[in-house]
Amino acid sequence: MKLELRGITKRFPGVVANDSVDLTVEEGQVVALLGENGAGKSTLMNILYGLYSADEGEILIDGEPLTLGSPSESIAAGIGMVHQHFMLVPVFTVAENVILGIEPTNRIGALKQRDAEESVRELSAQFGFDIDPHAIVENLPIGVQQRVEIIKVLLRNARFLVLDEPTAVLTPQEVDDLFVIIEQLRAAGKGIVFISHKLKEALHIADRIVVMRQGKTVAEVDPSATTEQDLATLMVGRPVDLVVHKEPAVPKDPVVQVEQLRVFDDRNQLAVDGVSMTIRAGEIVGIAGVQGNGQTELVEAITGLRTPLAGRILLKGEDVTTVSPRQMHKRNLAHVPEDRQRSGLVLGFTVTENVVLDSYYHEPFSRGIVMDWGVAHTEAERLVEQYDVRTPSVDTELKSLSGGNQQKVIVAREFSRDVDFVVASQPTRGVDVGSIEYIHARIVEERDRGAAVLIVSSELDEVMALSDRLLVMFDGHIVAELDPATVTNAEVGLHMLGSGAGSAAPAKEDTP
Amino acid sequence: MTESDVSEPDPTEGNAGGQPASRSKLYQEITGVGGRARDALLVPALAVITALLIGGIIIALSDVDNLRLFRTDPLEAMNETISTVWGAYRSMFVGAFGSINAISETLFAATPLILAGLAVAVGFQAGLFNIGAEGQIIIGGMAALYVGFTFDLPGIVLIPMCLAAAIVGGGFWAGIAGMLRAKTGAHEVITTIMLNFIALYLTQWLLKTTVFQQPGRSDPISKPINEGAQLPYLFGSEYRVTIGFLIAIAAAVLVQALMYRSTIGFEFRAVGANADAARYAGMNIVFLTVAVMFTSGALAGLAGANQIMSLPPYQGSTAFSGGIGFDAIALALLGRSKPYGVVWAGILFGALAAGGREMQGVERIPIDLVEVIQALIIVFIAAPALIRSIYRIKTADTSAVQITTGWSA
Repeated sequence: MKLELRGITKRFPGVVANDSVDLTVEEGQVVALLGENGAGKSTLMNILYGLYSADEGEILIDGEPLTLGSPSESIAAGIGMVHQHFMLVPVFTVAENVILGIEPTNRIGALKQRDAEESVRELSAQFGFDIDPHAIVENLPIGVQQRVEIIKVLLRNARFLVLDEPTAVLTPQEVDDLFVIIEQLRAAGKGIVFISHKLKEALHIADRIVVMRQGKTVAEVDPSATTEQDLATLMVGRPVDLVVHKEPAVPKDPVVQVEQLRVFDDRNQLAVDGVSMTIRAGEIVGIAGVQGNGQTELVEAITGLRTPLAGRILLKGEDVTTVSPRQMHKRNLAHVPEDRQRSGLVLGFTVTENVVLDSYYHEPFSRGIVMDWGVAHTEAERLVEQYDVRTPSVDTELKSLSGGNQQKVIVAREFSRDVDFVVASQPTRGVDVGSIEYIHARIVEERDRGAAVLIVSSELDEVMALSDRLLVMFDGHIVAELDPATVTNAEVGLHMLGSGAGSAAPAKEDTP
Repeated sequence: MTESDVSEPDPTEGNAGGQPASRSKLYQEITGVGGRARDALLVPALAVITALLIGGIIIALSDVDNLRLFRTDPLEAMNETISTVWGAYRSMFVGAFGSINAISETLFAATPLILAGLAVAVGFQAGLFNIGAEGQIIIGGMAALYVGFTFDLPGIVLIPMCLAAAIVGGGFWAGIAGMLRAKTGAHEVITTIMLNFIALYLTQWLLKTTVFQQPGRSDPISKPINEGAQLPYLFGSEYRVTIGFLIAIAAAVLVQALMYRSTIGFEFRAVGANADAARYAGMNIVFLTVAVMFTSGALAGLAGANQIMSLPPYQGSTAFSGGIGFDAIALALLGRSKPYGVVWAGILFGALAAGGREMQGVERIPIDLVEVIQALIIVFIAAPALIRSIYRIKTADTSAVQITTGWSA
C-alpha cells in the first residue's frame, strides 16, 4: 500500500499555494509534514481530502491514479482526515458521533444503536482508546474528543490518516497519549501524515520528515540524521535562533506582590489556593504547570478579570486586588491573554481597530467620546511595520490573518506602551518558529527596559528558556521555586505532576 | 495524571464542542453586521429584484381568465400578462414617486419605519436582538402623548419636550430588558417579547384612566395632544409628511456617527462582536448592555412619538403602534444593520405601502401583494446563500458554515 501525491500544483488568486509538491506515504509509516503557517500544508491536505481540486498533478494509490472530487470519494479511497478543529456534535454521544453519516439501520430504517456502540467498543479496545460509547462528547476532555475523531476515521476503513496539527490543542500529557495511539496505528499498518510546526514532535514520532516552505517541498529528511536547528532553518529559510539570548537578570524593586491569593473558577471550585509571589522590575518570572492547575484563574485575578476570594495583590505598593481591567490598563499593565481568538482580539475588526482595542478610550486615539481614526490608523501602520505583521493593509480584518500574525498584533498592541508589568499567557501558542523567536526577543527586551514580567506557559521549554525564576503550579498551589539555569526538564516535569522531591503538595482542602 | 482525573474539558482549551466567544458566521450572514461592503449592497438589491420578479409571476398567475387564454392564443396571453405586470408595477411606482403627494405618502410611511429600524439595527450591531421595538414604540408614544396633552406650550419648546419624553420612555422600556440580560443573563429575545405584551396591556389600561382618557368617551381613546406638540408639515398642510421624516434622517446620521466615530459606538460593536475580548479590553459589559438597549429603545420611542405627533387626530389609541416594531426587524435586516441602509430600506417599504394603495385603486390588484413582496424580500435577505446561488455569486470565504454553534454568545 502506497499513497503518492505527484507534482501537485494549486494556484489561488495572487498566490501559488502548492508548487509541484510530491509526497509519498507507505503503510505502517508516519510522515511528518512540517512547515510554517501559510507554507501550503493545509492546501495540500485539502486537495488530498477532496475539498480542493489540484490545478496540476495526480494522486495515486499503489500506482493507480485517483480522482478525488469530494471528501466522500477520498473516504471511499481509504483516506481519512482528523481536523484540527473537531467536527463533532457536542450534545451527541460518542457512538452517535461516530456513526454520523453512515448510520447502520435495519430493514425498516431504525437505527441500530447497539451495533454502533459495539463497533466503537471494538475499535477502542483494539487501539487502547479507553472510550465509553455512551459518553456525551461535550463532557469529554479535548484529548478524548480527538480520539473520537480518530475512531470516526477508522470506522470508515481509512488506510491513510491525515492528522492536521493534532497536538495544537492538547496538553503535554495528552500529547504523550496521542503518540502512543499513533504508534499503535502505525503497528496496525496505517499510513499516517502528521502535520505540525513543532520540530520536537516531528523528530519524535516520524519515520520521515517532509519540510514545506512557500508552497514547495524543500527537503525530505530522516529524523535520525537531522537536528531541530536544521529543521528550523529549512522551515523558515534562514538560520533561526531556537535559544533565547538574554543577560542575567538585574532585579530591582518589587512591582507586583501577590499575598495568599485564593480564587474560584467558573464552577465555584477553588482554583488558586493560597498563592504568594513577588515579581520585581527587570526580571521574568515563569509559571510552569499542566494546564488547568489554576494558572488561568491566577492570571485573571492579577489582571483584574476575576475577583479573588481572599488575599491581596499589590502593584507598586498599591492594593489592586479588586480593580477592573480598565484600571489595570491605566496602571500600565500589558496582558497577552491565553486564548487570543477568544479574548485577545475581535476577529471581525480590522487591524487598526484591534490595535486600539484597549486604549481607544484615551488620547490620542479619542478626545471625549470622539474617536480619531486617523491617529489610530497611523499608529496601526507604525506597529505593523515595526512588528512585521504580514497583512495586506491595516484595514484588513483580523480573521484573514494567520495565527502567528494575529498574535503579533496582540504583542504589538500590548508592548507598544510604556508598561511596568507584563503578563503573558501562552505567548507563542500556535505561532510558527520565526514568530516565536521574535516574540521571545520582545519579552526579554521589555524585561531589560525594566518591566516586571510574568510568563505562564504549558510549553515547558518556553518557560525554561525565558524565565529568570521558575515557579511550578500544581492543584492551585505554587509547589516549587526553581532556578531555570540549573534545574532539568525532568525535575520540573515531576513538580508539575505534584510529585517533586521536597515539594509534596499541601493536603488538598475541600472546597467550601 | 490520567484522563480519568479530568472530568470536564478546560473551557479555555481549543473550542471543539464549545461555543466560540466571537460571533458566528450565521449571525453575520443574516444581520449583515461585519459583512463585506460589496455584499451589503448586492444581496439586498438582488433580493428586492428577485422578490419583484416573483411578485410579477404571482400577479400573472392570479389572472385566471388570462391563463385560459394561453391555451387558445398564447401570444396574446403573453402580451396580456406582460402588460398586467407592467401596469401593476408602473402604478405602484407612480403611487410611490409619481407626484409630490406620492412622495409625501412614501416618506410619511417611511418615517416611523426608519426610526424603529434604526432601533433594531443598533441592537444587531451590538449583538443584541431587540425584538421588542413594538413595546418600546408604545411606551415612547405614551410618554410623548402625556407630555403633549399636559403642557400647553409653543412648538419650539413642547416638541423637544415630547421627543425627550419618548426617548426616555422607549429607552427605559428596553433598558429593563438590558438590565435583566446584564444582571441575570435572561435572554433579551424573551424579555423584549414579553415586555411587548406588558406595554400593550398597560396602555389599554392607562387609556381608560382619567389621566389619559378623553373626557366623555368610554372607549380607550386619549385626549389629543396640544397644538404645539403637533409636528409641522414638511411640504405644507395638503401633504401628510411632517418634519418627523427629517428627525428620522437626523437620527440615522447620529447613529452612524455614534457607531463608527465615537468611543461608545466602538464599545457597542466590540461587545457585539466578542464580549470576552471587550471585557479583556476593559469595557464595562453590564453598563454597555444596558446602554445599547437604552439607545435602541430610545430610537423606537421616537418612532412612537412620531405616530402620536404626526398623525391627525393626534391622540393615543390601542393601535397607534400599528405593528411597526415588527416591520422594523425586517427593515434592519434589509438595511444590513447599517444606519443608511435602514434609511433606504425604510423608504423602499414606505414606497411599497404608498404604491400598493395606488396599485389597488388603479389596477385592481390586491394590496396584499405588497405584503407578499415584503415577505419575499425578507426570505431572500435572511438566506443570502440562496441569492448567491441563484445569481452564482462567489464568496471569497469558502470555509464551511458552522452548524453546531449558537447565534449569540
